[in-house]
Amino acid sequence: MSEALSVPRGSGVGRRLALMLGTLIVGVVALAAVLGPSLTPNDPFAQDLGKRLVVPFWMAGGGWEHPLGTDQLGRDYLARLVYGARISMVIGVLTVIASGLIGTTLGVLGGFFGGRMDDVVLFAITCRLSIPVVLVALAVVGLMGNSFTLVILVLGLLLWDRFAVVARSTTMQVRNLDYVSAAWCAGCSRASMLLREVLPNIATHLAVVATLEMALAILLEAALSFLGLGVPPPLPSWGLMIAEAKDYMFFSPWVIMIPGVALFVLVFGINLLGDGLRDMLGTQDAR
Amino acid sequence: MTAVPAIEVRNLRRVFRVRQGLFAEPRQVVAVDDVTFGVPTGSVLGVVGESGCGKSTLARLILGLLPPSAGDVLVDGKRLADLDRRARARLIQPVFQDPFASLNPRRRVKDIVGMPLAAQGDVAAAEMARRVAEMLARVGLSPEQGERYPAQLSGGQRQRVAIARALVLRPQIVVCDEPTSALDVSVQAQILNLLAALRRELGLTYLFISHNLAVVEHVASEVAVMYLGRIVERSESEALFRAPGHPYTRTLLASVLTPEPGLGVPDVGLGDVMPDPANIPPGCRFHPRCPQSFERCPREAPPAWATTGGFAECHLLEKPAPAAVAGAAASQRQLAR
Repeated sequence: MSEALSVPRGSGVGRRLALMLGTLIVGVVALAAVLGPSLTPNDPFAQDLGKRLVVPFWMAGGGWEHPLGTDQLGRDYLARLVYGARISMVIGVLTVIASGLIGTTLGVLGGFFGGRMDDVVLFAITCRLSIPVVLVALAVVGLMGNSFTLVILVLGLLLWDRFAVVARSTTMQVRNLDYVSAAWCAGCSRASMLLREVLPNIATHLAVVATLEMALAILLEAALSFLGLGVPPPLPSWGLMIAEAKDYMFFSPWVIMIPGVALFVLVFGINLLGDGLRDMLGTQDAR
Repeated sequence: MTAVPAIEVRNLRRVFRVRQGLFAEPRQVVAVDDVTFGVPTGSVLGVVGESGCGKSTLARLILGLLPPSAGDVLVDGKRLADLDRRARARLIQPVFQDPFASLNPRRRVKDIVGMPLAAQGDVAAAEMARRVAEMLARVGLSPEQGERYPAQLSGGQRQRVAIARALVLRPQIVVCDEPTSALDVSVQAQILNLLAALRRELGLTYLFISHNLAVVEHVASEVAVMYLGRIVERSESEALFRAPGHPYTRTLLASVLTPEPGLGVPDVGLGDVMPDPANIPPGCRFHPRCPQSFERCPREAPPAWATTGGFAECHLLEKPAPAAVAGAAASQRQLAR
């Protein structure tokens, strides 16, 4: 039907390379998060004040006992980085699950039923968009004290707007297609029309949003932790590591560079993955 | 004689409100305007008309996909709005125009065909598989094709899947909305023959909507001609094609392209003004384009006058004798039942 529309975007090889690189980066970080403790013999919480700020292996005086050196309290930096990957991934995934559930439910209901229901959903989206996420997070954490669960709750309850917008607009497109009409004529209930006909056909678009939201959640967690309002110390979140390292960055620059680079690479990888997914769907979905 | 018609439509009307701009008054588009007709059980009513005349809206109203603005749709004597979704599905089913849009790309063919059975909620899995396989065989698809996704099938095969889905519940009525116009010419005949064979075998009633007169002539026992939301002529198929009563029907028939080189597109004298359902002309709605219009046409909407095979709404058909008029009205009433 739309052969003319299925012009591949960008060069095929470059796009596929980006997708592969993104998958590789996210895969490696996810693996590190899962395997965690078995990757390094060192304990991320064990302090050794006699071995503070040991340099990493590639600098003069570095060794393999602490491949990425140690921080200002003598804790092994590789162990903390790997443990921090676990925190970043868990926060990213849980936030996306929570916000995805909220946003998709609202968007699909509004887009499918239209009318009054859609007005309510649009109003909810507008309200959500006028709430500054960081300020609310600061206020909530300031009132209730910081904890890992609270960060996930705040982010999960606030980052659903893009899910809702995308789910709503794609549902409105799919709703008017003949196969949804056919399902209605076949006597399907509205719930089964939503679950069997609409959701599978918008899932790919939601997957792209999920990658973007995951990157955003990881960055926000790092920002909150940097401000001291994210996960509480001594948990080794990457944002917290950057915050703790900023006092030492002039004489021991690696302590701020290592978590900074890790954060950059992970978010970069997730975004590559999202872009790649979108391009892949763009060509595959076109009939 | 008192048999209940499969489909009965009473004073059906559907108006869409179209917003033109931020401050403009919304315009009213009358897609279906006070339409009344019946389709006797076991027959095929073809509905023809140019694009925008309201035939697809009519189909969607009869399927219950759109609520009417006024009037009633009765299926097998029962009001469509009163039926629950399962009972409705057992009575009336659609075959849509574009088989690339009417099949869910994420489901296997056997699941698409089984969907109406699954929606009934009381069909066991084994029974469902058996009936799906039987239906696939009936429309000429192999069990192996049942495992595929729609994207792996050709247009004709997809339309066979859509037909199988429509018939798996053994409904009495099938609404075919341009079922062949998205298909290659070589495949159209196969699908039409399949539909005709299935109608004979299963005793179905079709409402067959098309803009293609040759297709309608081939399948329909009666034909209704729609113009700007009204049925302006209704007649037995043979009589309509032999002796069309309404000037619009005549121009429609004259506009059929002939495969003869050098003839070009026939000039039927309709002009190049397109009819606008948001701005329906007063009196006879066809008069601005009618080659035979006279002073009465813009003033008065014509009633239905008898023709050889049915009725047509045109002042030219008026018979002077009062007896004939009464007869025409009676025959129209009879046809409407």
